[in-house]
Amino acid sequence: MEHGSVRDPSSATFCFVDEDHTLASSVRFALNQDPRVSFCGYSIPHPSDAKVNIRVQTTGDPAREVLKDACQNLMVMCQHVRSTLDQAVDDYRSNHSDMDTK
Amino acid sequence: MSEQESSSDERMSSEEEEQQQKEEGFSYWNLKDVERGQLPQHIRKQGTRVYCKPDAPTNTETLQYSGSYASMGVDNSLRLDSFRENFRIKVIALDKDKMEFDMIGIDAAVANAFRRILISEVPTMAIEKVFIANNTSVIQDEVLAHRLGLIPIKVDPRLFEYLSANDTPNEKNTIVLKLHARCNRGQPRCTVYSQELKWLPNGSEFAKESEKPDSKPSTYTSFSCGQDSLPEFAGNPISTVEDIIIAKLGPGQEIELEAHAVKGMGKTHAKWSPVGTAWYRMFPEVVLLEKIKGEDAEELIRKCPSGVFDIEDTGNGKKKAIVADSRACTLCRECIRGDEKWEKRVALHRVKDHFIFTIESTGALPPEVLFTEAVKILEAKCERVITELS
Repeated sequence: MEHGSVRDPSSATFCFVDEDHTLASSVRFALNQDPRVSFCGYSIPHPSDAKVNIRVQTTGDPAREVLKDACQNLMVMCQHVRSTLDQAVDDYRSNHSDMDTK
Repeated sequence: MSEQESSSDERMSSEEEEQQQKEEGFSYWNLKDVERGQLPQHIRKQGTRVYCKPDAPTNTETLQYSGSYASMGVDNSLRLDSFRENFRIKVIALDKDKMEFDMIGIDAAVANAFRRILISEVPTMAIEKVFIANNTSVIQDEVLAHRLGLIPIKVDPRLFEYLSANDTPNEKNTIVLKLHARCNRGQPRCTVYSQELKWLPNGSEFAKESEKPDSKPSTYTSFSCGQDSLPEFAGNPISTVEDIIIAKLGPGQEIELEAHAVKGMGKTHAKWSPVGTAWYRMFPEVVLLEKIKGEDAEELIRKCPSGVFDIEDTGNGKKKAIVADSRACTLCRECIRGDEKWEKRVALHRVKDHFIFTIESTGALPPEVLFTEAVKILEAKCERVITELS
């Protein structure tokens, strides 16, 4: 993973190697939810290169930190999804064992 | 459309209340039925629904940018606690290889990431190398090897490691399966099924041709111990999904081979994909815009092939159409096709943050475990970015 930025740390392009739409689109979603972000977007420069470029421009904070926070938020979301699913599966199982015994 | 509604920019200032009183002209926010800090209902609806029109769907984009409604004084940024409050999962159906559940309150970007990871990045074990000792069947070696590769192996891939290019196959990264089938002369043709693949817990039985004639005989794997002695496989032998036809043998034909299965991901080859398919659809919302009575109600029910609508008796022998099962809607749009009047009577929407997610497992792991694994993989990706940036 490289990091291409200019003198101004509030805007930068990050290159994720071995990643695709899966991560880039989710990260873009997380970035867009952050009020510090003034622009973000991603592109896959060539379909046969396993690379994505993520552009982050902020209202002043360092782009690197904002991107890290976005990933952090995405992780917290994932953890919540996991625990919610476990709960839902448990609920389904307990409801169904009830139905079997009746 | 949003610009017409956001008539005043002063909304953003801190003294909005004072200003509101001073303001003379019309302001949207002074209307009685408008909640402050909330988007007007029709704009909120554009953000949460896809409108399915007879020719094409509209409002398909998911509104994302936190400042989309800044000029209206509405904050569109996502807070994690509001996500936590609103996110729900409800399991609709669950058995050992298929699961359907509703995932509500999540963006398509993340739901799609889960789907993509399920198909191409959750690892499984699949046959990668086939050592053919004898194959006199009509199926060519390479076709037979390809068929074998696609057979799902019922084993938890988390118990294995990846076999990298310069690794030797050992008990931690390889599963060896043996197949020896023969159709004797005078017998009718026989069929070779996947359950005839027998697990060899001690590794390969084929001796390697060594360059030096006096060297110790070796096989194609170097297991340090039998896999059946490991606690995770004791009393739980590795098998494949049954009743898959591998080949048909005529009298006198024979197949003898050894298949080595390794861990891999669906993006390398579809044989490693842990799901038959994993897909989602947005929740269909069917709205009757006006009361549909009598003959028209009957016609509406005839129009819909998936039984979304039903008739309700309103008394005195009068009939009215109702939406009985909007989940059944397949978006065929038959109900709004034809006469233009139907377009004005029935509205078809999709709820943008309500996904009906279906996972069909091939047998390696149960579907709910697959989904959990997929979410963990997305987490690991985020973690990797964070560590690389720190």
